[in-house]
Amino acid sequence: MDLHFQFDWQAAIASLPYLLKGVPYTLLISFGGLAIGFVIGMLFGLMRIAPSRWLRYPAVFYIEVFRGTPVLVQVLFIFYGLPTLLGGPIDALTAGIAAIALNAGAYISEIVRGGVQSIERGQREAGLSLGLSATQTFQYIIWPQALRRMIPALGNQGIVSIKDTSLFSVIGVGELVRQGQVYIAQTFTALEVYFMIALLYLAITLSLSMALSLLERKGLVG
Amino acid sequence: MKDDKQIQRDATPIVRLDKNDNKQIQRDAAPIVRLDKVNKHFGELHVMRDIDLSVAPGEVVVIIGASGSGKSTLIRCVNGLEPFQSGRIEVDGKTLAPHGASGKSLQAVRTEVGMVFQQFNLFPHLSIRDNVTLAPRKVRGWSRRQANTTAERLLERVGIADQADKYPSQLSGGQQQRVALARALAMEPRLMLFDEPTSALDPEMIGEVLDAMRELAKDGMTMMIVTHEMGFAREVADRVVFVHGGEIVEQGTPEAVFDDPQHERTRAFLSRVLKH
Ligand SMILES: Nc1ncnc2c1ncn2[C@@H]1O[C@H](COP(=O)(O)OP(=O)(O)OP(=O)(O)O)[C@@H](O)[C@H]1O
Ligand SMILES: [Mg+2]
Repeated sequence: MDLHFQFDWQAAIASLPYLLKGVPYTLLISFGGLAIGFVIGMLFGLMRIAPSRWLRYPAVFYIEVFRGTPVLVQVLFIFYGLPTLLGGPIDALTAGIAAIALNAGAYISEIVRGGVQSIERGQREAGLSLGLSATQTFQYIIWPQALRRMIPALGNQGIVSIKDTSLFSVIGVGELVRQGQVYIAQTFTALEVYFMIALLYLAITLSLSMALSLLERKGLVG
Repeated sequence: MKDDKQIQRDATPIVRLDKNDNKQIQRDAAPIVRLDKVNKHFGELHVMRDIDLSVAPGEVVVIIGASGSGKSTLIRCVNGLEPFQSGRIEVDGKTLAPHGASGKSLQAVRTEVGMVFQQFNLFPHLSIRDNVTLAPRKVRGWSRRQANTTAERLLERVGIADQADKYPSQLSGGQQQRVALARALAMEPRLMLFDEPTSALDPEMIGEVLDAMRELAKDGMTMMIVTHEMGFAREVADRVVFVHGGEIVEQGTPEAVFDDPQHERTRAFLSRVLKH
C-alpha cells in the first residue's frame, strides 16, 4: 500500500459540481440570517442604550443569552427542542436562518451600541441645537456616522456567521459541509473534498471582505 | 473701528442706539431671554445659584469668569442642552421648565436659538453645503433649492463661499468655525449662543472668527457669548457679566466692568487674565 498519499486533483474537481449545490444554502442561511440579525441588532443595540430600563434590561438579557451559549446548541434547541413546545416541526433551513439571526443579532447589538456610543456627544448637541428632533438627529447625524464606523466589525461578524453555518450539517440542512459529507460517504475522498470545501468558504468570506472594504473606502469622506 | 461705521438713527423712542452703531437694543421690549432664580446641580456640585439674567433683543452679552465657574452651563441651559433643577427660563416667549422640558417645547426653543461650540461640531459625513442646509430643510421644511441659496449667501458672508462642496476635515479650524456660524444662522435664529468659539483655534485664526461675530453683532443679532478674548469682549459687548462659583458677581458695561470693577473677585479675575 502506498503510504505517501497523493492529493488527487481530479477527485477534487469532480466533487465541485456536487459541493456547489450546497453553496446556495450556505449563502441563504448566512446572509438571510445576517440580514435579520442586523435588524435585530439595530433594535436591541439601541434598546441597550435607551434611558428606560424597561428597554435596556430585556436587551441585556437577550444579548447575554445568545452571546453566552454556543450557536450549535442554539440551532439544536430550535430544530429539535422548539417543535415539542410549538407542537409542529420546523424545517432545517428555517432553523438555521433563525439560529444565525439570533446569534449574530446578539453580537451586532453590541456592535451597534459601540458604534453609536463612539459618536462624540457634540454631534448630538449640534443636531439638537439646530432644532432637529432627537429622531432626526439620530437619523441624519448619528446613525450614518456610526454605521460607517461599524463596517469593519460587521464584516467580521459576517465572516464568523458564514463559518458558523458549517455546524448546521448536524440538522441535515444541505449546506456545504453536509453536501461534502454525503459526497465523501460515496467516494471516500475526504482530503480532496474538505480541501475544496475550505476553498469555497474562503471564496465566500473573501468576497465579503472585499465588498466591505470597497464600501468602506467609497464611503470614506470627511 | 467704531468711527467708520454708519449710524442709522431711528426715531422710535424705545430704541437706544448702542456701541455697535447701526443696531438697536430694544430695552423696553420683552427680553428674548429671561432667567429667573435658576439653580442647577451636578450631583453635589451647585453650578448655578439663583441666576437672574435678562437679555434684550439686539443686545450682546459677554459672559466671563474663571474655568469651572459655570459659564458653559449657563448658556447651555438657555437652549435646553442642560436641564436645571429649579427656577424658570424663558426664551423668545417660550418657557423652559425645570427638570427638562418636553421634547416639543425644547425643539421650539432650539429652532429659534443658534449655538456655536468650542469644538465646532460640524457633521463630518456631510459636505459644507449639507452641513448648512440640513436643519433648514428638515426643520423649516425648505426646499433644497431655497436652502442652497441661503447657504450660499451665508457662506459668502462668512468668507468661505468657494468651499461648499468640501468636507469639514478639508477646512482649517477657522474656516470650520465660520461654517458652524453659517450653519447656525441658516435657521434664522433670534438669538445666538457662543461657547468659547475661538478657544480651540490656532492664534492666527482667531481673528477671522471674531470678525465674523463682530459683523453679526453690528447687524443687530442678539448674542450671548462666553469668551476669554477680553479685547473682543470690550469691543462688542453691550454688557459684560462676570460669573464666579455659579453666581453672577458683577455685570455692567464693558467700561464699568473692565475699568472700574466693584468686586474683589472681579478685580482678581481681571488682573489674572489681563496681565499678559
Ligand atoms: N456633565 C457634568 N457633570 C458633572 N459636573 C459637570 C458637568 N459639566 C460641568 N460640570 C462641572 O460644573 C462646573 C461648571 O462647569 P462649566 O463647564 O459650566 O464651567 P465653565 O465656566 O464653562 O468652565 P470653562 O472655562 O473651563 O469652560 C465645573 O466645576 C464642572 O466641572
Ligand atoms: Mg466652558
